[in-house]
Amino acid sequence: MIECLIFAVFSFACLGYFSKNILKIKRNISLGRKLDRSDKKAERLKTMLLVAFGQKKMFSRPLPAVLHFCLYVAFMITSLELLEIFADGLSGNHRLFRSSLGSFYTFIVSFIEVLSVLALIATFAFLSRRNLLKIPRFQMSEMKGWPKLDGNLILFIEIILVSFIFTMNGADEVLYNNGHAHGSSTAGSYNFAVSQHLGPLLFDSFSNSQLHVLERIGWWGHIVLVLLFLNYLPYSKHFHILLAFPNTYYSNLEKKGKFSNMESVTNEVKLMMDPTADPYAVPAEPVAEPQSFGAKDVTDLTWKNLMDAYTCTECGRCTSSCPANITGKLLSPRKVMMDTRDRLEELGDYKQKNGKDASDGKSLLGDYISEEELWACTSCNACVDECPVNIDPLSIIIDLRRYLVMEQSKVPSELAGMLTNIENNGAPWQFSPTDRLNWANED
Amino acid sequence: MADCLAKGEIPEILFWVGCAGSFDDRAKKITKAVVKILNKCKIDFAVLGTEENCTGDPAKRAGNEFTFQMQAMMNIQVLDAYEVKNIVTACPHCFNTLKNEYSDLGGNYNVIHHSQLIQSLINDGKLQIEDKSVFKGKKITFHDPCYLGRANDVYDAPREMIIKLDAELIEMKRCRSKGLFCGAGGAQMFKEAEPGKKEVNIERTEDALETKPDFIATGCPFCNTMMTDGIKNAEKEDTVKVLDVAELIANAADL
Ligand code: SF4
Ligand code: SF4
Repeated sequence: MIECLIFAVFSFACLGYFSKNILKIKRNISLGRKLDRSDKKAERLKTMLLVAFGQKKMFSRPLPAVLHFCLYVAFMITSLELLEIFADGLSGNHRLFRSSLGSFYTFIVSFIEVLSVLALIATFAFLSRRNLLKIPRFQMSEMKGWPKLDGNLILFIEIILVSFIFTMNGADEVLYNNGHAHGSSTAGSYNFAVSQHLGPLLFDSFSNSQLHVLERIGWWGHIVLVLLFLNYLPYSKHFHILLAFPNTYYSNLEKKGKFSNMESVTNEVKLMMDPTADPYAVPAEPVAEPQSFGAKDVTDLTWKNLMDAYTCTECGRCTSSCPANITGKLLSPRKVMMDTRDRLEELGDYKQKNGKDASDGKSLLGDYISEEELWACTSCNACVDECPVNIDPLSIIIDLRRYLVMEQSKVPSELAGMLTNIENNGAPWQFSPTDRLNWANED
Repeated sequence: MADCLAKGEIPEILFWVGCAGSFDDRAKKITKAVVKILNKCKIDFAVLGTEENCTGDPAKRAGNEFTFQMQAMMNIQVLDAYEVKNIVTACPHCFNTLKNEYSDLGGNYNVIHHSQLIQSLINDGKLQIEDKSVFKGKKITFHDPCYLGRANDVYDAPREMIIKLDAELIEMKRCRSKGLFCGAGGAQMFKEAEPGKKEVNIERTEDALETKPDFIATGCPFCNTMMTDGIKNAEKEDTVKVLDVAELIANAADL
């Protein structure tokens, strides 16, 4: 009884804290500008199923894809097991679903056990990839400190978690073998794929009371770890487990070459080009909130950009395919996403403390991302194409660039020349427009 | 175009030459190859000539939306005045901008890249490859222009053309959607690169040279320049030629 109570209080506290963090993230994402992605529902659903659920884009690199898939499926199926743990924990029962599900129960738990073993193998492989093989994309400067620890921490948690699962099932199995199973005195076996062998192997020498304790340790360790992990998610790159789904659903479905049109500019250009327009006329519809051109801080980006930032898995596929980064330039699209997230967290917390309109005087542009990084981007879309969860670092880069150019007039001098040429003679080079057809008359 | 209108004709398709195709000496050759192909197939086409203006692409990529939209609006006015419906262009950047970005500003056209046009001409039997011996058995590798491939998902048209030539198409290790960019796009062409350890076009040319090609084919005047420079840098200009797909076809069709 007291165990049930502790369980109830502990889960309630963990779930409560988790919800609080989710709300915070939701609030932060909604600091972004409006963007309508409510169209094309069927296509969106399809994208989500393929990219997030089916992990389509992961498979361009088969080895990590298979390993990651093991972890992913294990995670999804193990969540099912949590249902029973909760039911047992709150009601004080033991393996509540076993009697009603019968052999299907044996199948499900066996399935979970096999997956757990696969996940364990994947975990060791990942740990060695990250720490022994020195894969370049895990060693870059933005991956020092917390991001590196974050990447490893989950793998350690996974190992401990799997140990708890097998302690629980293994001890239970031996108890059953000894005729000391919960609520029955006949000896038998659960017939779970792994623990029916592993249990006797590990725990045969223990007494029944020790086995009871072990089983409890496994059970409690398992659920406590899961609940703690849940609360660790919002602080970690592993938040993508949840956000990958909405983030791919709201993907940009246009051709990648298309950059967003800036309505605010269109209106001004129309005014300039239309001789009959009366610049002093009152606009027909009230003009929306005055907005600067381009983005200086996270609040100038769209909510989708911000959701992207929270979804980023820090895998570095974008950076490892970025021509600027490959050739040693400062730019790393992964860093752009990580900066956006860090800045958003910082600003969100600040606004939470000091009120909605408070400003801390810092900004994404300048304090986090430098001009040099921005100008190194070639707009080649490789990063967008690579990202396994359909993140678009390029649109953030372009919006920051627009701010540099249109609000601050900070343009590298050669580009300024190019722009003047376009404005004056309709071509990026200094040629006279009257020479445009010369090619037709040369031999 | 103005001449056509004077005669009261509206040509079937407008050939958008683009700034590189109009002014750059190397790219002018591509322009001429395209024109030869169009003439050969008796396509009813016209060019804007001196009325053509930069699409504004480099300005947009550089973040200057004002300059872009001014250019776009001017071009849309000209295009609409001539009642243009179909556009073919030899530059993936013009292609992307005209096709994807003019529609938000009221310019709606049916835009195709010259590789798509040529491919459909071949498929419809309008264009015959007369002399297959020119490229027979030659190794050709295709460099995907970012704004054709990744940006607009056109990967197959240029490849099918190369196969039609009876040439051996070899893929680089980074190809199609994984293709590495050439070094020019996104307005990079017009400025010095940021400090780094290597120029992008050199890296990309190394990819291409790994396939030991006789020709490097591309579909973009800027890629062409970058790859040509890369080849020069590797001192391979005697053995490896950089050609646009239109030039490959024009050579083989003996135009
Ligand atoms: S679009 Fe920019 S950031 Fe993305 S891969 Fe290309 S150069 Fe790198
Ligand atoms: S943006 Fe995408 S590809 Fe890049 S690190 Fe994040 S998840 Fe990986």
